Amino acid sequence: MTSWPLYEVFVRGKRCLNHVHVGSLHAADDEMALHNARDLYTRRNEGVSIWVVRASNITASSPDEKDPFFAPSGDKVYRHPTFYDIPDDVPHM
Amino acid sequence: MSFDNAYEALTEDNDARWAFGTGFADPLAGMDTTVPSTVDATSLAEYCLHLGDDALIMSHRLQDWCTAAPELEDEVALANIGLDLLGQARLLLSRAARADPSLVPPVPQSEEDALAFFRDAHEFRNVRLVELAGDFAFAMAQLLVFSTWRLALFTALVSTEDKVLAAIAAKGVKELAYHRDYAAQWVVRLGDGTPYSQERMQAGLDAVWPYVDELFEDSAHVRAEFDSVVAEVCEAATLRVPVVVMAPREHTEHLPAILAEMQSVAREHPDATC
Repeated sequence: MTSWPLYEVFVRGKRCLNHVHVGSLHAADDEMALHNARDLYTRRNEGVSIWVVRASNITASSPDEKDPFFAPSGDKVYRHPTFYDIPDDVPHM
Repeated sequence: MSFDNAYEALTEDNDARWAFGTGFADPLAGMDTTVPSTVDATSLAEYCLHLGDDALIMSHRLQDWCTAAPELEDEVALANIGLDLLGQARLLLSRAARADPSLVPPVPQSEEDALAFFRDAHEFRNVRLVELAGDFAFAMAQLLVFSTWRLALFTALVSTEDKVLAAIAAKGVKELAYHRDYAAQWVVRLGDGTPYSQERMQAGLDAVWPYVDELFEDSAHVRAEFDSVVAEVCEAATLRVPVVVMAPREHTEHLPAILAEMQSVAREHPDATC
């Protein structure tokens, strides 16, 4: 039996604003992937929303390119918005 | 928020998952289990026992697929469904015991354990459909029939007079809707698949069908809904709805074997705790 394609699973929890990568699974198609994700990754009542995506559809940065990709931002502390106070009533910051 | 892993963030402060207690000692804890004066306690208890035994034996059948399903993902899915049904069995056996304590075997166990582990095959009230075992296509046909019937039944029971049974039904409806969806998806996938998968799926459906009429002996009011759902699934799956006569009435030869496995530890070590 040829194995089913790999899917990556993203779940949004009740109190979270964004979907978080939680793992992967195998499924024959998108619909089965969604069902399998429900069964594998929300058994403990973690989620209110699930995204699945074929792993082959994800374009990822390569570890070889790590330095040119990420090192140039390492010394630019002024890009962090740490020089002003955030009012208490501004949520999700 | 800082968490060691993504899961912690998702589950943080999420007490709903323990809605049914952490001790698991009494599934009906906190509920008023007085039988309404307009309800016959003996009939209620027997009905709950019947529904509870269906769930208990079907749950056991589904557990057989752990380590045996075609894919790991489906093993987990089938185990989840089995656990949902085990939960229904616990609530229903406890409800039966509270409504009519004379049903419970006189052993020093909790009511639900006494009913599950200390009755013999002839005392089980389950429909024979749930005792049967077969290949994966058979299991999906069995689950489709079982969950379609039970979902229709529970939907009607949500407005029943006994508030405890109504609450158990209301909880079960959401679970059964998923079970039916899961089974229907596989029936359509296999039926409308290759000629070989269609042949196997039709054979599974044909093997289940002699056990369908029994389901409606006490629940003729949901037959029409059952027929229409099954017809819809079969049409999408390019399968024939079988026409066959009912199988013989007795428990199948499977039940004593299921019970021997399920009950052996509890009977050998009656004082054991989990």
